[in-house]
Amino acid sequence: MAGNAQQLRGNTRWVLSLNAVLVYVFFYAPIALLILYSFSDDQLVGRWGGFTLDWYRAFGQNDEVQNALSVSIRVALISTLLSVVLGTMAALSLERFRFRGNRIFDALLYLPVIIPDVTMAVMMLIFFTSLDDIIGLQVTKGFTTITLSHVAFSISFVSIVVRARLAGMSETLEEAAQDLYASRWQAFRFVTLPLILPGIVGGALLALTLSLDDVVITQFVAGPGSTTLPVYVFGLIRRGVSPLINAVSVVMLAASVLLVVLSLVAQRARGGSVT
Amino acid sequence: MTAAATPEFEVANERNKRRRGLFMALPAYLYLILFFALPLIIVVVYSFATRNRFGGTDLSGWNLEAYAKLGEPIVRDILFRSLWLAILTTIICLLFAYPFAYFLATRSQIVRNLMLVFVMIPFWSNFLVRNYAWRVLLGNDGPVSRLTENIGLGETTILFTPTAVVLGLVYGFLPFMILPLYASIERMDWSLIEASRDLGATGIQTFRNVTFPLSLPGVIAGSILVFIPSLGAYVTPEILGGAKTTLLGSYIVTQFLTARNWPVGASVSTVLMVVMLAATLVYFRKGGRTL
Amino acid sequence: MKTKRMMRLLAALGALAVLAGACGSDSGDAAAAAECEAGQTDGPLAIYNWTEYMDPELKDAFAAEFGVEVTEDNYDSNEAMQPIINAGGSGYDFIVPSDYMVSIMIEAGDIQPLNKDALPNISNLAAEFASGLPYDPDATYTAPYQWGTTGLGVDLSVTGEDVPQTWGLIFDPALAAEYNLEGSYATLLNDPRETMGAALKYLGYSLNTTSEDELGEARQLVQDAKDRVAAYDSDQYDELLVTGDSAVAHGYSGNFLFQFLDAENPDQYTYFVPEEGGTRWIDNMAIPKDAPHPCTAHTFINFLLDAERGAQLTNWNLYASPNEAAVEFIDQEVLDDPIVYPTDTSKLEEIEDTGDFETNFSDAFIEAKG
Repeated sequence: MAGNAQQLRGNTRWVLSLNAVLVYVFFYAPIALLILYSFSDDQLVGRWGGFTLDWYRAFGQNDEVQNALSVSIRVALISTLLSVVLGTMAALSLERFRFRGNRIFDALLYLPVIIPDVTMAVMMLIFFTSLDDIIGLQVTKGFTTITLSHVAFSISFVSIVVRARLAGMSETLEEAAQDLYASRWQAFRFVTLPLILPGIVGGALLALTLSLDDVVITQFVAGPGSTTLPVYVFGLIRRGVSPLINAVSVVMLAASVLLVVLSLVAQRARGGSVT
Repeated sequence: MTAAATPEFEVANERNKRRRGLFMALPAYLYLILFFALPLIIVVVYSFATRNRFGGTDLSGWNLEAYAKLGEPIVRDILFRSLWLAILTTIICLLFAYPFAYFLATRSQIVRNLMLVFVMIPFWSNFLVRNYAWRVLLGNDGPVSRLTENIGLGETTILFTPTAVVLGLVYGFLPFMILPLYASIERMDWSLIEASRDLGATGIQTFRNVTFPLSLPGVIAGSILVFIPSLGAYVTPEILGGAKTTLLGSYIVTQFLTARNWPVGASVSTVLMVVMLAATLVYFRKGGRTL
Repeated sequence: MKTKRMMRLLAALGALAVLAGACGSDSGDAAAAAECEAGQTDGPLAIYNWTEYMDPELKDAFAAEFGVEVTEDNYDSNEAMQPIINAGGSGYDFIVPSDYMVSIMIEAGDIQPLNKDALPNISNLAAEFASGLPYDPDATYTAPYQWGTTGLGVDLSVTGEDVPQTWGLIFDPALAAEYNLEGSYATLLNDPRETMGAALKYLGYSLNTTSEDELGEARQLVQDAKDRVAAYDSDQYDELLVTGDSAVAHGYSGNFLFQFLDAENPDQYTYFVPEEGGTRWIDNMAIPKDAPHPCTAHTFINFLLDAERGAQLTNWNLYASPNEAAVEFIDQEVLDDPIVYPTDTSKLEEIEDTGDFETNFSDAFIEAKG
């Protein structure tokens, strides 16, 4: 990409930097509080009870939470992967091609963003259970139904972000590549993909977040033993959100920071950036 | 977005392209038909049904009763209140996200990626825990109140006010604005901006006539991703606003999960989907044309 | 054209699906009780229960004694649980619906009759619970699990020690002012039946009224209290009380008790059911109609109805036990605590399903909030 490390001029630069700092402070203020109270020896978040590691120990001993966390992460990774592939293809087809039914497809892609989540939850529940009555397909609710439902709403978010990237982007580079006898796949792999990668990454990050946060839909399509972390936490609120949940969140945060650092190191080691 | 006139020798090519387009769309298309459109029919069917005495849904004898409920003044108040809140949230998100995404796009590759990931990391904790953290931050004698007291502004009690709701919504949806904005600003042809400046345009002129139009797809996508979910939000208004006024999202949840009146829940959802879909499509087309 | 035809076909299929689904779930044929013997198991046990309502040690003990695997998932409201069971194929063997929800689930054919032959311990229940309750008149479908009340938690450091036990603390501004209650000092449950019920009780009506006029009066009362309400909250009212964000909180007995025990100064707070009366709720053990392992579920219910295990449950979650035989094993301080075991249960009333009138309750609540 040509010259995007563009020089900002004088005042603009300061205003933009200040805004960025503000945005990060805003993003991390509750996170700081969350981390702090995961070390507090008091049932109540917000009342400091002295330093303790008890909540982390409790996490280590609580099979239910661990199981919920593991279900959440697996669902999130698989549904993100699937929705990124499907969503990106959908975005490419809509931005680059005119085909029969593209209007309907366009509309269909926005609906999962618009539908209220309770409504989607109820309809997925009825849908999965009535499959048995119509086509005799007995669906065991659980991991699979959760993942399928998450993909159903994530595709749309991915495709909207990727389309924002694609919109107005000219096809000349790909055409040039093909004129130079690159195969269609090569043209995609070495020209288009790098161009739209920031959009794909953005979409993937959104899909991951949505999956990790969904409560209502998951609750309705889950089965025995497939409770995800957000559903578990949602139930726990009735009896007070203990710092145990903070500890779990901190573990997740730490793990994701670690992953990011590792991938950066790996990228460096390979001696080049992807984009 | 220009559909160039097609010379005859390219007709075959064009047909080929159509086929490829459909082929590429097919997996997502089929997936959404199977796992979204089909289930969606259930919602539409339910919206014409009747709640039976025990909160079940009676599908025999279709009627429009559930839609009649939409005409009640209380529903209209709820709708306007929710619209106003969603618009406010979207504007505030745009005001902070735009300069942020712009700043991001001007950083070097590695810094840019790092900054982007650090925008998202807070959101991999837990939605409810984040909301409750805000409750503590904004609460009576909480850190925010103490901060304003120390700098001489006196105690502030933001918790359970509309301000807290907007703050919570902005917090929750800001990344939804940043990501598409970044994706579209980052691919901008910066030489156009330089050219504009070289031709003597001021910074503001350049922004208005060059930068902003070029980033419009991102603005549109971002505002849709913020506006629509904030219109239906209910957890944040309940936790930070104390559920003191009913918003569209909580109205729908109440119908499904408290009144157990699925037909009304389904009818409100159906109308919401039709209206928002129409608005979204118009918004996008319009955005597309101004490009 | 092709897509259009395909869409039409799919739409037809979908409509069929819905109809089939509806027929399937509405067939509330009076199923017979499962043929199980006491102590018999027919596979692993899948529990679907409220959060933090089951002592994990009891689950482990059951798993060890009967050699079956036990899993537990949680729900946070009756209304979220019922559709999942109603839809069928949930995979759960054991659920814990509350009173009014039991009558709904019986009517909808969601739960199966219990086989009393497999439940010898049912004789441990106190007489008032054993003979059947309004929602399950002949005790055919359920056995009570635990019960508690809904009332007010008060911060005595604000009101002073001699606070009157009345809903007037919320609904009567003059009385509230007398006890230093100013500004937005109260939280109410974000639940139409509970909050409208509190107002109905204050007015001297039944909380199961089906009179539009009585409900209208209650709505006005809740609406007038708007400025005194900090939040409508069903989850964190107990925490808001001890953090000082509220001074009077409407909520469930057990939650307050837990929160008060943790507070720096437990004596600073109190909980009572106002003298005008309040809600008593009873949660019940039941087996879904299509439970995969009904015999294991029966054995588990019988296991929990055991005197010592019933006591263990109460000692763990601090809700009252319907199990009379369990009383001698319950900690004395729990038995003596008026929050757990209110001294006078005569003014308590259970929420009953009001059928078509339910929507009036939720509409009135939405209107009262504005």
